[in-house]
Amino acid sequence: MVIKLNPEQAVLFGAGGRGGKAAVAEPEEASRKGRTVIRLSTTKAERQQEKAEQAKAERAAAREAKAAGNGKGSKKAPPAAETAQSMAAKQREISVSEFFTKNRHLLGFDNPRKALLTAVKEAVDNSLDACDESHILPDITVEIRAVEGYEDRFTVAIADNGPGIVKQQIPRIFGKLLYGSKFHRLRQSRGQQGIGISAAGMYGQLTTGKPMRIISRTGKDKPAHYFEIHIDTAKNEPQILKDEEKPWEVERGTRVEFELEAKFQRGRQSVDEYLQQTAVANPHAKIVYKAPDGQDMEFPRGAKDAPPQPREIKPHPYGIELGALMHVLRTTRSRNVCGCLSQDFSRVSPQSARKICERAGIEPKGRPSRIAAQEAERLYRAIQETKLMNPPTDCLAPIGEEALVAGLQKEFKADFYTAVTRSPAVYRGNPFVVEAALAWGGELPADELGRVLRFANRVPLLYQQGSCSIWESVLEVDWKNYHVEQSRGAPPSGPLVITVHFASVWVPFTSESKEAIASYPEVVKEIKLALQECGRRVSVFLSRRRRELEEERKKSYITKYIPHIGIGLREILGFPEKEEQKIVKQLTNILEKTRGGVE
Amino acid sequence: MVKRKKVEAPKISLAALRDAGSPAGRAETVGHIRKTADKMVGEIHRGDRPNLRFPIRSLNNVEYDPKVGYFELLGKKTERTLAYSTVKTFAQSVRMMAAAKTNIEDEEICSKREMYYNSKAWGECRFAEQPESDTVMDDIEALFGVNREQLGFVPDEKGGDVAGKLMILDRDAQSGKPLKIDCTKQGSGAWSIPSKVEHLGFETNAKFILVVETSALFQRLVYHGYWDKANCIVISMGGVPTRACRRFIRRLADEKRIPVYVFTDGDPYGYGNIYRTLKVGSGNAAHINRFFCVPQASYLGVTPQDIIDFDLKDATHPLEDVDIKRAKDALKNDPFFKIYPQWQAAINQMIEMGVRVEQQAFAKHGLNYVINNYLPKKLAHPEKFLP
Repeated sequence: MVIKLNPEQAVLFGAGGRGGKAAVAEPEEASRKGRTVIRLSTTKAERQQEKAEQAKAERAAAREAKAAGNGKGSKKAPPAAETAQSMAAKQREISVSEFFTKNRHLLGFDNPRKALLTAVKEAVDNSLDACDESHILPDITVEIRAVEGYEDRFTVAIADNGPGIVKQQIPRIFGKLLYGSKFHRLRQSRGQQGIGISAAGMYGQLTTGKPMRIISRTGKDKPAHYFEIHIDTAKNEPQILKDEEKPWEVERGTRVEFELEAKFQRGRQSVDEYLQQTAVANPHAKIVYKAPDGQDMEFPRGAKDAPPQPREIKPHPYGIELGALMHVLRTTRSRNVCGCLSQDFSRVSPQSARKICERAGIEPKGRPSRIAAQEAERLYRAIQETKLMNPPTDCLAPIGEEALVAGLQKEFKADFYTAVTRSPAVYRGNPFVVEAALAWGGELPADELGRVLRFANRVPLLYQQGSCSIWESVLEVDWKNYHVEQSRGAPPSGPLVITVHFASVWVPFTSESKEAIASYPEVVKEIKLALQECGRRVSVFLSRRRRELEEERKKSYITKYIPHIGIGLREILGFPEKEEQKIVKQLTNILEKTRGGVE
Repeated sequence: MVKRKKVEAPKISLAALRDAGSPAGRAETVGHIRKTADKMVGEIHRGDRPNLRFPIRSLNNVEYDPKVGYFELLGKKTERTLAYSTVKTFAQSVRMMAAAKTNIEDEEICSKREMYYNSKAWGECRFAEQPESDTVMDDIEALFGVNREQLGFVPDEKGGDVAGKLMILDRDAQSGKPLKIDCTKQGSGAWSIPSKVEHLGFETNAKFILVVETSALFQRLVYHGYWDKANCIVISMGGVPTRACRRFIRRLADEKRIPVYVFTDGDPYGYGNIYRTLKVGSGNAAHINRFFCVPQASYLGVTPQDIIDFDLKDATHPLEDVDIKRAKDALKNDPFFKIYPQWQAAINQMIEMGVRVEQQAFAKHGLNYVINNYLPKKLAHPEKFLP
């Protein structure tokens, strides 16, 4: 089971559903093809099997290298050509921690400014997920303090009122990469891969050498556990420096604190913006921000109810790839293919499972593991050709039109708000829902380009706007149809904020730093439909307002100028004041009646 | 030297421009205003939207017949019906009509600028800028078919300067005693045409009236006593001639039967705006052109042909886009130029040459070349002047 780490494959991971606990990166083939491969292993047996495979692969590589060497490798003498043996000597396992230490940009720690944002984001996303899963209205405090004596070092602390973490899990959750509850299931959540918070800790450790400090308590009558943790990057294992019970005034919750090299700033792509947008998409959360410059911010709760809980679903066969299918077949508890298909996947009934087998020319009673080895490809093709129901969509929990509007109202003073939640749709077997909301007018700046807020599973996306399907869809909608100005290749301009939320059991991010959503045609189509509906509504609002303004202007014109006609006529004809009043009244009547006529 | 010859006054009679001061004239104008107001009140009481009908004030609502001699108004009218979009101008028109009535009854005069300030007492109805008030004034003038002076409104503009062989018979402004003004005795200055010229009388035996566009040239002619040498009257228009200036020239030329020769810059503006307005009036004030035209005027220069004849080629400027547009517009839309092939030839020649020439260009051959050579040579053949 060798898997490239790219978004396509990340989807496959999720669809596979039975991934192991530990993830190990291995440089297999990397030296040959210049690619990085990461390997996941679960059981001891598998690991042994893998070792054998590895040895086999090494031998194969050696043969190939030799062949290549005989062919054309000897054209240039210096530097001395590697032999398969010398290369083998250099080939060794890379831990996922080591891998990400060298490739921190993949996780969003490209530069000190972004690192601060990413660290806060990972912690807050975790807190919100934990609170939502245990039906607690989130109460989150983000604190950033400058470390004395340093210009570029900050302490970040995030505290929540969530369910807390049991003692023995604390070190693993914070001190191990790719460890978590969210990766192996198909369920709409903020976190996806189990990399985030430990990566933030690892970045802190890398840049300051300081450990992560965690305190957590699961209830009033339970003690609070305090840990100081380092990550052993070579082994991807937590190293516990301190483990003690501590008095804590908080009844229930978790607080994580770490030091890191960072740059503090405000404005675009800052912690402020992230928290503000988080507040828009999570109106049920209360967030307090204590900033190092003393300008604290508070985002109050705007909704009383916690969002409904999304359900976990099994993968849909349309979205699965061959390797993942083989993995399912190997690891299923079912005794035959038919049972495996109908039990491990959603929307495969026993009848359709039989149909698939028939099409593939496979004995329905056949043992799954045997099929995996010999007939998986035929089975895979048969699945794609068989008509199946779309995956269930009640597993999704969109923000909802009302809450979206509430979120916008809380953070932007505008004249008009609207929101659209589309019906669920499917891309590659994954159900998803698109929501769009729009605010117009009020205190929004009128002579700038409209702002576009992007969200995936309630998490604001602040980077890589240009490569995101949300941005692409905003540009593709013809806003002029809705009386909103738009230049070529630009978002609409005017006093408006556009919000798009993409909710899915698996969000197709373009990279591990989770900053942009990949442009699947189904996704772009849904986003555009949602935006167009918002556009139609704002257009109705705008034309109604224009009409009202015009009416008002006409009315004020009439009351302003009619009396002067009376005065003028009276001056010319010299009639009494009573006649003047009569004329003014009559004229007003005439104009009111014919208002909006020609001229 | 040019021989003195009497010129017939135009066949069309010099329309009597009623003095706004005369009781009969005043009563008639006030009657007009009252009638219009009465009609509006009637409409209002019937529940109809009141409306005012104005003649359209533009070149495409005039026609030109050389036998008539000036731009005559065609029948086209525009109706201003009271609606929310017209209510402001409508109210302003009514209030200005009332102001005009007061003016006439009180025998008061009010300049265009003063009218504009006068409106400042009207609250919301006031004019924001003077052009707005001038436009409404022009509308009312056209509505009643009268000259604005008859409504008690006088222009702020200067009428023009006069020097030469002319004795003007005027009255003392306060005592009303007869007064004689000798235009040969203005020294290095000139006599200014007042805004009202109806009461003036003339004594002259000048052979012609030379009307020039620029005051710079006028000064040169006065400085060197040209009028004495040529036995003429020199008048400076200072751009497009004012109504008073046109009226003054017309009365003088009619009464004394002397020819009028016009000398402007050789460009579309000099031909189309200055000369044409002097001779036949304008599209904008077509309803009163019969009072303010000089049909006996003819055009001395500078013509495009003069550029060649007097070797001015290197003293010209290229025509700008706006010049070309104006020239083509005159050929296509101006009823005056459409009548005369000579003018069409001249304007086409100018467009072809692509240049314009100023009156001062003659300084190329020496400062007084214009006095000593150009004018005498041209004046020897007045029959060659453009109509």
